[in-house]
Amino acid sequence: MAIWNNFGMNRRHFLQHVATAAATIPAVNFLSHVQANAAALKSSQKACILMWMGGGPPTIDIWDLKPGSKNGGEFKPIDTAAPGVQITEGMPETAKVFNDLSIIRSMSTREADHGRGRYYMQTSYVPNPTVVHPAFGSVVSFEIGRKRTALQIPAFVSIDGGSGQAGFLGMSHAPFVVDSSGRIRNSPSDEAKSRLPARLAMLKEIEDGFVASKRGELPEAHKDVYSNAVNLMVSPQMAAFDSSRTEAALGLEKESDQIKDAYGRNSFGQGLLMARRLVQTGVPFVEVNMGGWDLHAGVFQALRTQRLPQLDQGISALVTDLKQRGMLDDVVLVWMGEFGRTPRINQDVGRDHWAASWSVMMGGGGLKNGQAIGATDADGIQIADGSKSYLPGDVWATVAHAMGIPVNTVHTSKRGRPMKLANGGTPIQELIG
Amino acid sequence: MNVSKMKRLVIAIGLVFLTSSVALCESLVAEDRAVSKSAAASGSEESSASGVSIVDFINEQLRQVWQDNEIKPSEIASDEEWVRRVYLDICGRIPSVQEVRSFVADENARKRQVLIGELLESDDYVRNFTTIWSNNCIGRGEPRRVSRAGMEKFFREAFGRNRPWKDTVVDLVTGEGHFEENGAVNYILAQMQNQDEGVQLTAMTTRLFLGMQVQCTQCHNHPFNKWQQDQFWEFNSFFRQVDKRDVQKADPNTGRMVDDYSEVIWRDFSGPVYFEKRSGLMQVAFPKYQGKQIDPGPETDRRAELARLMVESSEGEASLIAQAFVNRTWGQFFGYGFTRPVDDMGPHNPASHPEVLNRLADEFQASNYDVKRLISLICSTEAYGLSSQSGKNNDADNPAAGEVPLFSHMYLKSMQAEQLYDSLIVASNAHQSGQGGWAAQEAQRRTWMQQFVVAFENDENDEATTFNGTITQALMMMNSELMDKAVSIERGSFLFETLNRPGPDSKKIEELYLAALSRQPNRAEQSRAQKMLAAYPASKKLAGYQDLFWALLNSNEFVFVH
Repeated sequence: MAIWNNFGMNRRHFLQHVATAAATIPAVNFLSHVQANAAALKSSQKACILMWMGGGPPTIDIWDLKPGSKNGGEFKPIDTAAPGVQITEGMPETAKVFNDLSIIRSMSTREADHGRGRYYMQTSYVPNPTVVHPAFGSVVSFEIGRKRTALQIPAFVSIDGGSGQAGFLGMSHAPFVVDSSGRIRNSPSDEAKSRLPARLAMLKEIEDGFVASKRGELPEAHKDVYSNAVNLMVSPQMAAFDSSRTEAALGLEKESDQIKDAYGRNSFGQGLLMARRLVQTGVPFVEVNMGGWDLHAGVFQALRTQRLPQLDQGISALVTDLKQRGMLDDVVLVWMGEFGRTPRINQDVGRDHWAASWSVMMGGGGLKNGQAIGATDADGIQIADGSKSYLPGDVWATVAHAMGIPVNTVHTSKRGRPMKLANGGTPIQELIG
Repeated sequence: MNVSKMKRLVIAIGLVFLTSSVALCESLVAEDRAVSKSAAASGSEESSASGVSIVDFINEQLRQVWQDNEIKPSEIASDEEWVRRVYLDICGRIPSVQEVRSFVADENARKRQVLIGELLESDDYVRNFTTIWSNNCIGRGEPRRVSRAGMEKFFREAFGRNRPWKDTVVDLVTGEGHFEENGAVNYILAQMQNQDEGVQLTAMTTRLFLGMQVQCTQCHNHPFNKWQQDQFWEFNSFFRQVDKRDVQKADPNTGRMVDDYSEVIWRDFSGPVYFEKRSGLMQVAFPKYQGKQIDPGPETDRRAELARLMVESSEGEASLIAQAFVNRTWGQFFGYGFTRPVDDMGPHNPASHPEVLNRLADEFQASNYDVKRLISLICSTEAYGLSSQSGKNNDADNPAAGEVPLFSHMYLKSMQAEQLYDSLIVASNAHQSGQGGWAAQEAQRRTWMQQFVVAFENDENDEATTFNGTITQALMMMNSELMDKAVSIERGSFLFETLNRPGPDSKKIEELYLAALSRQPNRAEQSRAQKMLAAYPASKKLAGYQDLFWALLNSNEFVFVH
């Protein structure tokens, strides 16, 4: 916003500025105030890292094993650091840090189609043709991102993703999608930066004219997004995306080979590392995607050789790293996909879509971790008698609680309809204690 | 067109089965879907229908709805606004400076009608619709073992020859053979990314060609209609005679086996399919469409039978293929169809303007599924010709806020990535520097497109685009090589040619506005631009124009279809 407002306040000022700009003002002057703001950022701020398992992970093989059942599959449970909590033998390192993690084993979410399940889990609302609900990352951007005035990069970053939407909260709260390599496509050259002031001044004139011509809300939203993009591209906070950069003022340093190795040299691991850097920089919501979970065939082979090793390494490294830096209590972790997978093992040794009884993992965030909450029955096909079942809204309400967003917050859709935060979900009592 | 003679077969009501399925999927939290006063209220239907031209009929219907809702339509769009819109919608690109000039100068009272006809005969129309339908059928990504070239060739021919849409659909559903020799099969191949017994093919075929979403009924019944899961599998059983073969060949250089081609082949299949109820009970389903069962024996070509049934209409109603195509195409031109989403039609999701939808679908079927004629009708309506500016008389008509669209003004649409690419090429004249033929241009555009594709790698083969109005798109617009090229002042570029012609600044500014926004600058804009340029030292004059053109191309006015 700051940069945008430097131009075109009135025409005389604007023309003067263009005159200066045309003589090519040095980029460094142009950027100086940005740097000054950046230094003001604090590092220990509330944040959420969502690990999104696109395709629907078989939680029955990971967090809620059924030894002795015909549905049990090929993995055995092992003990974890949390007394009484067992997880798959394929995640031994994660088991060691399980004091800082928890499982909700009684998710029951009814949407077993990818698109609908994704929408439901990310927004807490089932799809509806007349309104687009915001993904929870956009809610955080709206509630917290706006207050972090020193933050120049988007408040909702999605690494290797792209499924969430800001809905009625507006395009400027949509996720900024990047890939885990840390390279931001179409970053400006120095020459482009030096020409920005003049160009933006002209752009503002044209855009304002179109906004004034009354053609709905999109033209204004376009301006907002450009403003965010400009703030981003000239900001030193861009260093947060690139693990090879040091930005002392932000407390960011080049990541060593050891730390990169620790997270795992794969897109999920490097995505988590980037998430940590972004959170350090003040980004309140980062989604890290691990796709390819739609394991209708060969589920055990895929888990053993590729999925579980990457998950185990990434999650354990993230927890350890956040803890060492004293950040873990401020950063709430959520691990979920659009649904779980069928307890029954199909003819292709796969598992199909299943939303009736599955698990979500959470951690950090100052929650009372080291717990397994809720239970499924012996074969995993339904929520166990006497166990409470949970909806996505309950998970997000817990996140809201951990981040200090009032759980009774109500937003307003474009038609003026009140929309409860997390669809009126309730923070999970056992976790917030 | 002996369609009037076409025997309209009576089909049992059974189709409710597929239709009423699933926007509801177990729970539809109905955010007040007030159907305004629109639909039911405007009751002048049949009486006025006969003897009135279809366009007049649609206009009357829409006006009636405006009246019922106490709103007034916007002004007729100016020639400049309209010509840009119709080029983008039909040809997928903005008009060139010359095209704008000659249209505006044309004094023929029927010039809009004439232009619609001309554009529908252009290569750009074929290219645009080929892109749209290839994306619909196989996505923008690169699904494994699918030939985009083959798919595009198929649609190029379909739209180029204006084949009846029903024939196109039949070819897509019944296709067999090599993926380049018979490009239609790529539709099926793209739905066969998993060994899923035709589940994805079932869901996609109903959604894309019949306008119905049935994917949820794969696993469970709709709570209000106990048939539905059966019907998913009945429809699915038509696709059980499909198989594919992925052929490899030895790479002459490395000696290793590499992908050669894929083909759709026949698979022997007869009898029922089996599926599992939620209770765990196994059930059987036989091939059945709209309540019509076919012989499940080994001699039956099930897909051919399905194709035959799909193009039949039930009494008094156009075929689902016609209804679905009309709804989708209207949505393509107006930004909103008659249902939301366009591919979820049925009694559970009533159309906003059923009379218009039905009449257009009837006409479409009666014209033997003439795609160009349908587009021409849509573009000839009063509503399509209205300005995108709204005022206090029709501000309430705001579907972006969830209201039912009343079409009292044109709604803004965001350019699709392909439209943007092609428009930048036109604006900067790059197409005249002669860069190869169709294939080469197509390849360049495809490479560029891939930066925006996010594939979800799941059995629904779905994907998202980051060309969605977010920062990613803004960064590309501001800083990409494509934009650098568009504002290049190298010899031969649009700016170079324009700026080196003799003439005052005002003329050049005019050219830039026409190239980017398809309109003349107004007086305030003209004088502001001149002042801005005057602030650049003489040696930097070109840079000033470059900055102005950059700003025009980055503006909201450029990137929206309005």
